[in-house]
Amino acid sequence: MKYVPDATADRQFESDNTVDRVGVDGLLSELDEYAVEQALQLKEKAGDDTTVTALCVGPEKGLDAVRKALQMGADQGIHVIDDAIAGSDYVGTSLVLAKAVEKAGAEKKVDLVMCGMASTDASGGVLPAMLAERLGLPQVTYASVVETQGDQVRVKRDSDTATEVIGGTLPLVLSVTDQTGEARYPSFKGIMAAKKKPLETWSLSDIGVDAGEVGLDAAWTAVEETSARPPRTAGEIVKDEDGSGATALVDFLVSKKFI
Amino acid sequence: MSEVLVVVDHVDGAIRKPTYELLTLARRLGEASAVFFGSPDKGAEVAAKLGQFGAEKVYVVDDAQIKGYLVAPKAEALQQLVEKTSPAAVLFVSGYEGKEVAARLAIKVSSGLITDAVDIDASGLVTQSVFAGNYTVTGKVTKGTPLITVKPNSAPVEEVGAAGTVEEFAATISDGAKTAQIVAQQPRKATGRPELTEAAIVVSGGRGTGGNFEPIEGLADALGAAVGASRAAVDSGWMPHSFQVGQTGKVVSPQLYVANGISGAIQHRAGMQTSKTIVAVNKDEEAPMFELVDFGVVGDLHAVLPAATEEINKRKG
Repeated sequence: MKYVPDATADRQFESDNTVDRVGVDGLLSELDEYAVEQALQLKEKAGDDTTVTALCVGPEKGLDAVRKALQMGADQGIHVIDDAIAGSDYVGTSLVLAKAVEKAGAEKKVDLVMCGMASTDASGGVLPAMLAERLGLPQVTYASVVETQGDQVRVKRDSDTATEVIGGTLPLVLSVTDQTGEARYPSFKGIMAAKKKPLETWSLSDIGVDAGEVGLDAAWTAVEETSARPPRTAGEIVKDEDGSGATALVDFLVSKKFI
Repeated sequence: MSEVLVVVDHVDGAIRKPTYELLTLARRLGEASAVFFGSPDKGAEVAAKLGQFGAEKVYVVDDAQIKGYLVAPKAEALQQLVEKTSPAAVLFVSGYEGKEVAARLAIKVSSGLITDAVDIDASGLVTQSVFAGNYTVTGKVTKGTPLITVKPNSAPVEEVGAAGTVEEFAATISDGAKTAQIVAQQPRKATGRPELTEAAIVVSGGRGTGGNFEPIEGLADALGAAVGASRAAVDSGWMPHSFQVGQTGKVVSPQLYVANGISGAIQHRAGMQTSKTIVAVNKDEEAPMFELVDFGVVGDLHAVLPAATEEINKRKG
């Protein structure tokens, strides 16, 4: 799960061109809530000793994202936090996530790594595939419907040009879209119960990642410049009176050579 | 000059337009080579088309053992091709598949990845538009082979009128890569309209349609446009999810975006804000969408759109 700057807030960059995560309110990425929801539903369906672990790599406030998942019903939380991680790009972040999943898996076998389809800030959508590559697992991504039977997973999804059914065998990496269904709100009971759930904090050394492999200086990409787009100059807005709106609209489209 | 690989986006040999845009960008960086995953029978035909838009060489990777699986086998084949050709960069179309193949390849060949580029210059400097289009970011891949996914409509299509030469590339695909299978595939029903992500013009409808998309479709057809929908319209069951424009649907960047009866929630704006020209029709003059527009009509779409459609058809004669 990713802790992201609130999309409705005034998001900005720091002087080193990294995303400002301190001056802007943050929250659990909305698209990751759908992943938590699907994980909880699969656990409920399994009805055995299946556990859901909420994992977040992020700054201090990232703990809020883990807490939210615990309040929704996850069994335990892991927050990977280390100053050296700041400024990591996709490649660095996927390394930290993969190592954290491996460490968690050493205690209890990981069958499924559930992700949101993309973060709501960078919108890259590449982390699930990178994680799958690093973990040597298949990936079944952009699911709109998730079905499981034993160790078989079937998902429906809409690609650019087709509707597809994708099948895979556990363990695998699965990413879901907002079409999988609304994420539940934490209940009062859930919020109280979350306070007693196991929550671990791991640093890079805990997961065996060298600080020199991640962070801004070690990133595989470099941002050279960020600039706020000049505000759009106010466009022309007309009121439709007696059909004049349609004519004005067509005149505009003609003036821009769209007709 | 070094080679620049362009991964061809196609459906059964029908090449999609964003591939030609990638060839334009690739030629700024070096010698453009295309990588076609498909039947070798189609090699000559696609090489002719790709060559016309600047591909000097077309690597044909027989997809007989790749078809039916998700992205891992393609990433494996590309790894082998990258190791053989040491390209200056590899370019992909920013769609689900392009991004995920690039993601796996980045780990395999230890290279940086930049997604959703809207421009690339001759020095390899990449431009992105982030935070719902509110910021422009420029950057570079600093380690390994630059892997860049590019949004459709980010570069012009340039005809050079040459023919690409075919080179068959035999990739070795491991069993491990064939673990996520495409069990069933239902190509989207042809609407006769352009595909949403690659369309030059998109006409979208939202809650304000009240579920009646006829005015939207009418205007789209008059303009030769694709039809889109807001999440509100999709959640109401008026349009399938495949039409949804927005952060969790299709991200579009057309020359012209016409938003009708769409208030302009942040998630929708994130999916269309990089459109070059934006037009909105909405009864509610307070709709946030009007903050973005180049031209807006405050009025009822059910009256404005049919009248505009008629006027367009009349002027087109």
